[in-house]
Amino acid sequence: MRLLTHNFLASNVRGVSTGYPLALEVAKSSIKEVELNADFLRGILPKLDWRALVAAASAAGFPDLLAAEQPQEAELFADGAADAEGSAIRRLHHALLEIHVDEGALVCPDSGRSFPILKGVPNMLLHEDEVRH
Amino acid sequence: MSAGDSAAVSAVEGKLAELSTSCDLRTLPRRGKPASARTLNTAQIPLVASHPEVYEPCDDSFALVDALLSDKAQLLALQPSLCLEVGCGSGYVITSLAIMLRQLGSGTQYLATDINQHAVETTQATLGAHGIHADVIATDIVSGLEKRLAGMVDVVVVNPPYVPTPEEEIGIKGIAASWAGGLNGRQVIDRILPAVRELLSEKGWLYMIALEDNDPLGICHLMNEKGFASRVLLKRCTEEESLYVLKFWQDAAVSTNASQSGKSPGSDSSWLSPFRSFWHKNGSSS
Repeated sequence: MRLLTHNFLASNVRGVSTGYPLALEVAKSSIKEVELNADFLRGILPKLDWRALVAAASAAGFPDLLAAEQPQEAELFADGAADAEGSAIRRLHHALLEIHVDEGALVCPDSGRSFPILKGVPNMLLHEDEVRH
Repeated sequence: MSAGDSAAVSAVEGKLAELSTSCDLRTLPRRGKPASARTLNTAQIPLVASHPEVYEPCDDSFALVDALLSDKAQLLALQPSLCLEVGCGSGYVITSLAIMLRQLGSGTQYLATDINQHAVETTQATLGAHGIHADVIATDIVSGLEKRLAGMVDVVVVNPPYVPTPEEEIGIKGIAASWAGGLNGRQVIDRILPAVRELLSEKGWLYMIALEDNDPLGICHLMNEKGFASRVLLKRCTEEESLYVLKFWQDAAVSTNASQSGKSPGSDSSWLSPFRSFWHKNGSSS
């Protein structure tokens, strides 16, 4: 599970108010490099919850990867930024798309319910008594 | 081709060569010999993983992929950022979608869901065998994603459980969840559609399979009322069933006309007229 996906997952347990963001627990992770695409990042940026992403990156072992405050678009998408090592856009790309959580859990902030991540797959399936009707 | 693309193609070429010389080659499907890597446009059956509790690619899967292939130029022009399959099963469809759109590169990301945990593992194996990445989530339809992904998904593909069955067979653990559709085979479809409507972006497209039994015209009418134009991309008849691949996209003009038609189904045929034009519509967005 990549942090991009984590950013869009919420708990759907009955009675929970927001169920977001899910706290990330990482037992095992891996890095898989993929080509940076600035257009994709530009499109997704307004929809990201930056604080949730920073917390997730930290949980995955990268506490200093991202700035605490979301960088300005001008900084992220400046000419040459994508090629500059350590640039904000490269860090964002790495955080969103290259860190894979292989084993761990997602914990609902409201109910404490833990959703396991096994072999890279988050299991959001609810028990019968947890389903909203 | 990008470096990643030719690496993925070589990986598949290598695997196909291995399989064709090994003694325990699996029986190839009616689709015949594995395609050469140069014509690779879909997932390759010998590389699609399987599990006894997971729906294997069948006529409906092939019809959906054929329909997507027929719409490939439009999909490339759409430049989708996020594509989602609901009910990914073996992974054949999401993998094929990613392969046919590979020239979009990492500008396009893929997600897949399934209620069956064996299916999510099978899909991952199929994706991996083809060198494709998608995040797969075990969940009921899109539960857990609906709030944060609202209005964000550009392409949704669904081969739903569409077989008419007794209501109690819906959602039973295991492979039956892949086909059991309850009354008129519509009970799961009718939960999928509102959920997917919320996820679709303004420019987004939904591709869905339906049987004659599911009343595809009725489905399109319901979608029209919600502001979605529709088109039949493909119709395929087997001995047992007639299946349709439907495409839906948002069009504000549609719901206005649908509500103005006013008549109830069956009263007279004039209610069909605005609907027929949408049935055959070739809108600018498609």
